[in-house]
Amino acid sequence: MTTDASGALRRTALHDAHLALGARMVPFGGFEMPVQYTSILKEHEAVRKRAGLFDLSHMGQFTLDGAGVGAWADALTVNKVATMKPGQARYNIFTNDRGGAHDDVIFYRLDENRWLLVVNASNADKMWNVVTAEPASGVELKNLHGERALIAIQGPRSIEWLQPYVEADLASLKYYACAETRVKETRDPIVIARTGYTGEDGFELFLPSSEATGVWDLLLAENRRHGLEPCGLGARDVLRLEAGMPLYGHEMTEEITPLQAGLAWAIKFDKPAFRGKDALLAQRDAGDYARIAALVMEGRVPARSGYPVFADGARAGEIRSGSWGPSVEKNIGTALVEPAAAAEGSSLEVEVRGVRHRALVVPMPFYKRPKP
Amino acid sequence: MMTEMANGVPAGLLYSKEHEWVKLDGDVATVGITDYAQSSLGDIVYVEMPRMGATITQFDSIGVVESVKAVSDIFTPVGGEIVGTNGELDSDPASVNSDPYGQGWFYKVKLNDLSQTANLLTPEQYEQLIAES
Repeated sequence: MTTDASGALRRTALHDAHLALGARMVPFGGFEMPVQYTSILKEHEAVRKRAGLFDLSHMGQFTLDGAGVGAWADALTVNKVATMKPGQARYNIFTNDRGGAHDDVIFYRLDENRWLLVVNASNADKMWNVVTAEPASGVELKNLHGERALIAIQGPRSIEWLQPYVEADLASLKYYACAETRVKETRDPIVIARTGYTGEDGFELFLPSSEATGVWDLLLAENRRHGLEPCGLGARDVLRLEAGMPLYGHEMTEEITPLQAGLAWAIKFDKPAFRGKDALLAQRDAGDYARIAALVMEGRVPARSGYPVFADGARAGEIRSGSWGPSVEKNIGTALVEPAAAAEGSSLEVEVRGVRHRALVVPMPFYKRPKP
Repeated sequence: MMTEMANGVPAGLLYSKEHEWVKLDGDVATVGITDYAQSSLGDIVYVEMPRMGATITQFDSIGVVESVKAVSDIFTPVGGEIVGTNGELDSDPASVNSDPYGQGWFYKVKLNDLSQTANLLTPEQYEQLIAES
């Protein structure tokens, strides 16, 4: 279910804050979410050059408690869970028997026996079914979807602008590390992690919904005049595409496996067994699978999801994501194409409204942040 | 200078329900999208229009305007022969956002039938339309 019983869209705790900021709201994952406040390009630029603030409270948050979580999750996912140390976050993918993806997720190990699992908003109900279908002793699951908030601050100045308000020492929090801390002047503990979906440095704050507006306003009050911008899902999608990060439903689906999505690094074939392992092994060994390629359009015409892709005049696949890439200053996209067409340097054609336009296969990602 | 009404709707132009504006000069019409349209679409990154000499029919979909996220049809507010297109939009599509009634114009049409302008909205009617939407 993506809506409540009446079919109405759900609202995050920050709904009124978004309206007060002039956000344009759209339905996403069963929630009414801000797609943009001022301009996708301005918000994108804020994140690349300064920092942006995102409400991601629509994402699914599950808590996993108990001594059995590591082994249980290792059987359902491609990456390693039990080997994670307290204070560590790790990207992972829940797979089906065919090696396709139920969802891509992040596990946060808060301490020895307490974990947070964050799933995509659009998959939150499906994922709750996936995890509760596999009961195990020593694993206690709780669904906090919609009950807790998630605020992300992303961009090079995130650490400077966030540090005054949290007790944790952010400089000592490494990329993909997490910690329990407090926002100063609030009572309840929150989880903070150095994770994100923009290709920039940044932090995600998992907190009780009751604290969301206070924290959001606190961060904007002082920092907005310096250039912290509230950012919507429109900018977020462009930022993640430039950074080469997959979006579930586009680069990865129940049919498109993590191997095809270019996520071999996350698949640990040395794990004794996990759901979909045999199918992924067979796909890897055969090697002839269609895969995600990064495309840059040569002209001004944007590629869009679903457009047909051709190699040497023959149909070779289709666009899965496409947008203007402001940091690349070109139209960029991903395409699921035959293996020969996916090679870097391949010259392909994308059919747009009946006309074929040239595109070049380039290395992923399109954008890498400058080294500090 | 164009005089503006409330909501920034310039006087002296005609409008369509699909949020295009038309500026008549004899039997040649200049066409663009309104400020309301550009604001709704967001950052414009591409405009695709018919070629010079093409014949188009009033209210047909004859091209697209694309924002960062979305593709939208252009429904031409007037029909006739294309006698000019704004080539500057290839390199500066953002001028549709910054100056929709000026540098952000789309194309010029030599009208095949002047009476078709009766199917368009006056500034007052268009202002009413966007006030209600």
